[in-house]
Amino acid sequence: MFLINCPFCGEREQSEFKAGGEAHIVRPKQPTELSDDEWAEYLFMRKNIKGVQFERWNHIHGCRKWFNMVRDTSNDQIKAIYKMGEKPPVE
Amino acid sequence: MKNKYSIFSLIKNAFSYHENWEKAWKDPEPKKEYDAVIVGGGGHGLATAYYLAKKHNMKNIAVVEKGWIGGGNTGRNTTIIRSNYLWDASAGLYDHALKIWEGLSQELNYNVMFSQRGVMNLAHNLQDVRDLKRRTHANRLNGIDAVYLDTEEVKKFCPIINTSQDIRYPVLGGTLQRRAGTARHDAVAWGYARGADEMGVDIIQNCEVKGIKRNGDTVEGIETTKGFIKTKKIGVVAAGHSSVIANMAGLKLPLESKPLQALVSEPVKPIIDTVVMSNAVHAYVSQSDKGELVIGAGTDDYVSYSQKGTHDIVEGTLNAILELYPIFSRMRMLRQWGGIVDICPDASPIISKTSIKGLYFNCGWGTGGFKATPGSGDLFAHTIANDEPHKLNAAFNINRFVSGDLVDEHGAAAVAH
Repeated sequence: MFLINCPFCGEREQSEFKAGGEAHIVRPKQPTELSDDEWAEYLFMRKNIKGVQFERWNHIHGCRKWFNMVRDTSNDQIKAIYKMGEKPPVE
Repeated sequence: MKNKYSIFSLIKNAFSYHENWEKAWKDPEPKKEYDAVIVGGGGHGLATAYYLAKKHNMKNIAVVEKGWIGGGNTGRNTTIIRSNYLWDASAGLYDHALKIWEGLSQELNYNVMFSQRGVMNLAHNLQDVRDLKRRTHANRLNGIDAVYLDTEEVKKFCPIINTSQDIRYPVLGGTLQRRAGTARHDAVAWGYARGADEMGVDIIQNCEVKGIKRNGDTVEGIETTKGFIKTKKIGVVAAGHSSVIANMAGLKLPLESKPLQALVSEPVKPIIDTVVMSNAVHAYVSQSDKGELVIGAGTDDYVSYSQKGTHDIVEGTLNAILELYPIFSRMRMLRQWGGIVDICPDASPIISKTSIKGLYFNCGWGTGGFKATPGSGDLFAHTIANDEPHKLNAAFNINRFVSGDLVDEHGAAAVAH
C-alpha cells in the first residue's frame, strides 16, 4: 500500500488508481507500414525495469484522468509525477 | 553414489539422533568452464539441470542461484497442480508435467508429497458455466480427466462451501479434475537438487549473475559475483527477474513482473480435503498437511520487484473466501507474503531459443508455474541440449509475439491471472 499524489486531486490511496504500464511508448505514425517485428515491439515488448521506471497511471476511482509517474520498482518509491504531455523529469 | 532414502535409512539414522544424514547436495565453488549454465536455482532450473544430466548426458553443468535454492517463487506458491487448460498446446504442456508428477517421488527417491486430492473450479455466473463446460469438453478431447458438477455435486464434493443462491456470487456449478492436487514445494527443489548433484551437476548458491558476455550473436559466458564462468549455453530460468537478465544480454521480453500474494491460516483439524478455486471472485484454498489453510490471492496491476503486494488484494480475496466458506469467519491468518511473477501478454510461458545463439529462456509462467515444474525442466533441457524445441513446447517459442500465434490462456485457464 502506498499513497499517490494525483496531479489533479492530490494525495490518495493507491487502491484508487489503475496502473497503465510503461509510459512513452508512442503509437506508430504509419501503422500500415510496420513490419511484424515492429508491431511485436510496440504491442508486447516491455523494458520491465528493476529500478527507476516511467509509467502511466489512471485515477480510475477518482478524476479518471491519466498521468505519468517515475517510480522505483525495486522498492515501490515514487520519484516524480507529471501530467500527460509534459516532459519527463531528467534523472 | 548417494545412500537411498528408505524406511531402513530412517530407522538407522534415528539411532544416531538424525545427526549423521549425508548432505543432499554439495556446495562447490564454480569451475572456470561448463558445457551449460542454468541461471536460477528454483524448481524449474534444478529440474532443467536434472534432465540435462539424466536424459541428455550433459554432466559438466552448473546451476547458479543468487540466493538459496528454492527460495524464490518455488517456496512462495500455493502448490496447486492441475492440467485442465483450454488450448491444445497448454493441455499438452501441463499434462506432460502432471504425468511426471505421478511418478516423481519414486524417480527422485525423494518424497515430494504429491497428493492427487482433486482440484475443483467454481462457476458463479452463466458465462462461467458456459466457459467451464467448454473447457471440460476441450480437456476430455485432449485426454485430460475433467467432469462438470452441478451445485449439488459441488456441495457433496466439498460440504463446507456455501451453496446458498442468495449470496453475491452464488455457486452455479464447477469442474473437477481428480488427478490434480498439491505437492510439497520445497521437496521438489530439494529432490531435483539432490538428483542433479548426484549426477555431477554443480549447484552454486549465493552467486548472482551480473552480466552476460557475448561475442556478436553468440554467448561466451556469464559474469557473476563469484567471477566469470565460461560457457556456450545459458539457460535462464529466473522467473520474476527474467527481464533483468534479458536486459544484460541486450534482449527485451514481452513480460511484466508483478507481485502475487498468498497467505496461510493457523493450523486446524482437517476440514477441506481438496483444492477449490474460484476464478470470478479470485479465491482459492486448500489445506496443508500441517493443517493450515493455504490461500492464494491475486496480483497487483503495477510492475514491482519488491516482493510486497497491497493489502487490498488480500482483503478482496478474504472477503470472497468468507462468503464461500462462512465456517472460516473466525480463523486467524498466520503468515502472508508476496512473490514476483513474470506475466506474458497471453498468460502462457516462454520455453524458447532466442536470437542470440546459446541463450535460452524459460520464463513467463506468471501466476501458475509450480504445477509445470517437472515438465518445464524436461522440455527446457530438451531445447537446450538439441538447440531445438520439443514438439510439446514448440508453440511456446518467443517468436509467437511476432507471428501473432499466441496461446491465449487469459481467463481460459481456469483461473484469473
